[in-house]
Amino acid sequence: MELLSNLAIGFEIALSPYTLMLAVIGCFIGTIIGALPGLGPSNGVAILIPLTFTMGLDATSALVLMTSVYYGAMYGGRISSILLNIPGDEPALMTTLDGYPMAKAGRAGDALVLSGVASFVGAFLATIGLMLLAPMLARVAFLFGPAEYFALYLLAFATLGGMASNNQAKAAIASCIGLGIAMIGVDNNSGLPRLTGGNMHLFDGIDFLVAIVGLFAIAEVFFFIESHGKNTSIGVKLEKVTIPVKDIMESGWTMLRSSVVGFIAGVLPGAGASLGSFLAYMSEKSIAGEKGGFGTGVPKGVAAPEAGNNAAAGGALVPMLTLGVPGSGTTAVLLALLMTLNITPGPMLFTERPEVVWGLIASLLIANFVLLLMNVPMVKIFVKVLQVPPWVLLPGVTMISFVGIYSLSGSYFDLVLMVGFGALGYVLRKLDVPTVPIILGILLGGHMEDALRRAMVLSGGEWQFLFSSKISIGLWVVAVVGFVAPMFLRNVLKKPQRITD
Amino acid sequence: MASDRIFGAVVTLVALAYVASATQIQSSFMADPVGPKTFPILIGCVAALCGIIVALKPDPDPDWPVLATFGSLGLAVVVLVGYAYALKPLGFLIPTAITASILSYQIEPRAGRAVLAGIGLSVGLFLIFKFALGLGLVPFPKSLTG
Repeated sequence: MELLSNLAIGFEIALSPYTLMLAVIGCFIGTIIGALPGLGPSNGVAILIPLTFTMGLDATSALVLMTSVYYGAMYGGRISSILLNIPGDEPALMTTLDGYPMAKAGRAGDALVLSGVASFVGAFLATIGLMLLAPMLARVAFLFGPAEYFALYLLAFATLGGMASNNQAKAAIASCIGLGIAMIGVDNNSGLPRLTGGNMHLFDGIDFLVAIVGLFAIAEVFFFIESHGKNTSIGVKLEKVTIPVKDIMESGWTMLRSSVVGFIAGVLPGAGASLGSFLAYMSEKSIAGEKGGFGTGVPKGVAAPEAGNNAAAGGALVPMLTLGVPGSGTTAVLLALLMTLNITPGPMLFTERPEVVWGLIASLLIANFVLLLMNVPMVKIFVKVLQVPPWVLLPGVTMISFVGIYSLSGSYFDLVLMVGFGALGYVLRKLDVPTVPIILGILLGGHMEDALRRAMVLSGGEWQFLFSSKISIGLWVVAVVGFVAPMFLRNVLKKPQRITD
Repeated sequence: MASDRIFGAVVTLVALAYVASATQIQSSFMADPVGPKTFPILIGCVAALCGIIVALKPDPDPDWPVLATFGSLGLAVVVLVGYAYALKPLGFLIPTAITASILSYQIEPRAGRAVLAGIGLSVGLFLIFKFALGLGLVPFPKSLTG
C-alpha cells in the first residue's frame, strides 16, 4: 500500500492547477514537435531545456513540462509517418510501413485515430509498469557499488552501440568521442585542468547542452540545406475523421502484446524506443503470418509499432530514474535536463525526493489522458502544423537554439562551439556514425571515470575488483553479448527498409 | 570506401594526439591508484583501435552532395559563426533577421519570401522571448539606444 500513498503524494502535486497547465502545454508543444518532420523528440526536448532553465521553473515543474513534451513527441511522431511517409522521429519509422499505405487507400483518418489509441494503450501500460518496476529496481540499485556502476555504464554503451547502429566500430568511436569530450575541464579529484589546451573557456568543461543542441538541431539545418527542403510537401489528404471502432477492437490483443514487448525493450539500457517499435512490429508480423498482409496497410501493422514505441518510451524512464542510465537518445536528453536541474537520478532519488519521482509519474498518467483527448478529436489541428514550410521552420529552430544556448552562459564561445558540433554532427551522420552515443558519453563520462577511480581506491588498485561481485559479472556478460551478438544477428534481423512510392 | 578510410585515419590520428596530450596531464600529490591520466588514455586507445578497424574494413561511400552544395553548407557555417559573434554587440533584431533570411534562402531560394521569413522570425521570436518567457534580450545595439 506504499504505492498508493506514494501515488497520492504524486497526484497532489500533479493535480495542482499550475502543474496541470504545464502538463497540457507540454503535451501540446510535444505533439507539434513530434509531428514536424526534422524535429524529433530528442531535438525538441534539447532545444527547450535551456529555455525552461532560464524561465526559472522549480525542479518538479520543469520535469513535468519536459516529460509531457517527451510523451507528446512520441504521440506526434506518427502523424507525419502516416500522412507524409516521413517518420517524424526514428522510432516512428515502423509506423510508415503500414500507416502510409493505409492513408493512401483513403483511410488516413482511421489510421491516425487507431494509432492514437494504440499510443495511449502503450504509454498507459508502460507508465503503470514504471510505477511497479521502478521502486523495485531502486531497491536493487542500493546494492550497486562503484564496480557495478562502471560495468553498468559500459553496458549502456555496448547495447546502444550494438543494437542501434549498423557498424560496431563506428558506434564505439562515437562513444569514445563523447567520453573524450567529457574529460575536458577541471579534474574533480585533483582539481587540476585536463586537456584544455590552456583555453580559459574550456576550464569548466564543455556543457552537454551545447553539444546536444549542436549535434541534433543545428546538424538538421545542414541536412535541410543539402536537400533544399524537398520531401516535405503534404502527401495525403485527410478527410473526415471518424473512430474506427471495429479496427480498434480487432487490434486489442496486438496493442497489449506490443506494449509488453516495447516496455521490455525500453527498460534495457541503451536499447530504446526504436528497438521497441521494431520488435513489436516484427513479432506481430510473424504472429499474423503471410495472411496478415503486414506492409500493405493493415490496421494491426499501425497499432503494433505505435503501442511498442510509446511503451518503450515509458520503459526507458525506468533505468533513467533508478540508475541514472538512459535507455534511448531522448531519455539521454531528459537525463541532461535532470542534471541541469541538479537532480541526481538513482536509488536515492526515490527516498530523498519522492515528490519529484511520484509527481512525475502522476503527471505522466495525466499527460496520457490529455494526449488521447488531444490526439483523437483535435488531430486536424496538428495536421495543419505540418504545412509550416521548412524555409520558415528551420531558420526558426536555429534562432531558438541560439537564444537558448546564449541565455545559458551569455558567451559567444558556446555558440561557436555549438555550430562546430552541428558541422561535426552533419559529417558523422553522413558517414553513418551514430550521434546518440556521443551525447551519452558526454553525460556519463564523468560518472564512469569516477566509478572506476572509486572502485580502484576501494580495492587499492586491484583490477580484479571490477569482476568481484555476481551483479558486476552479470553486467559485463550482458555488455559483451549485447555488443557482439548483433554482428551475427544482423542478417537474421534485417531492418525493413522504407517503402518508396 | 574512400570516405571511411579517410575517416578511420583521421580518428586514429586524433585519438593518438589525444593520448599524447593525456600523458601530459599533471597529477597532484593526492594520488589515487588510477589518477587523472588513465581513463583518458584508455579512451584514446579504444578510439585509435576502432579508427584502424574502420579504415581497414570501410563501409560503402555515402552520397556526398555536389561541390556547390558544399559551398552553401560552408557559407551557412560562416554565417552562423558570424551570428554568434554579432549577437552581443549588435543586439537581437538585426543579426537575427539577416541570418534567418540567409538560411531560409538556402533552404528554398526565393529571395522575397526568405527576407519576409527572416524579418518575421526576428520580430516574432523577440516578442515571444521578451514578453512571454521574460528573457533579457537586447533588441538594438547599445550605441543606438544609448
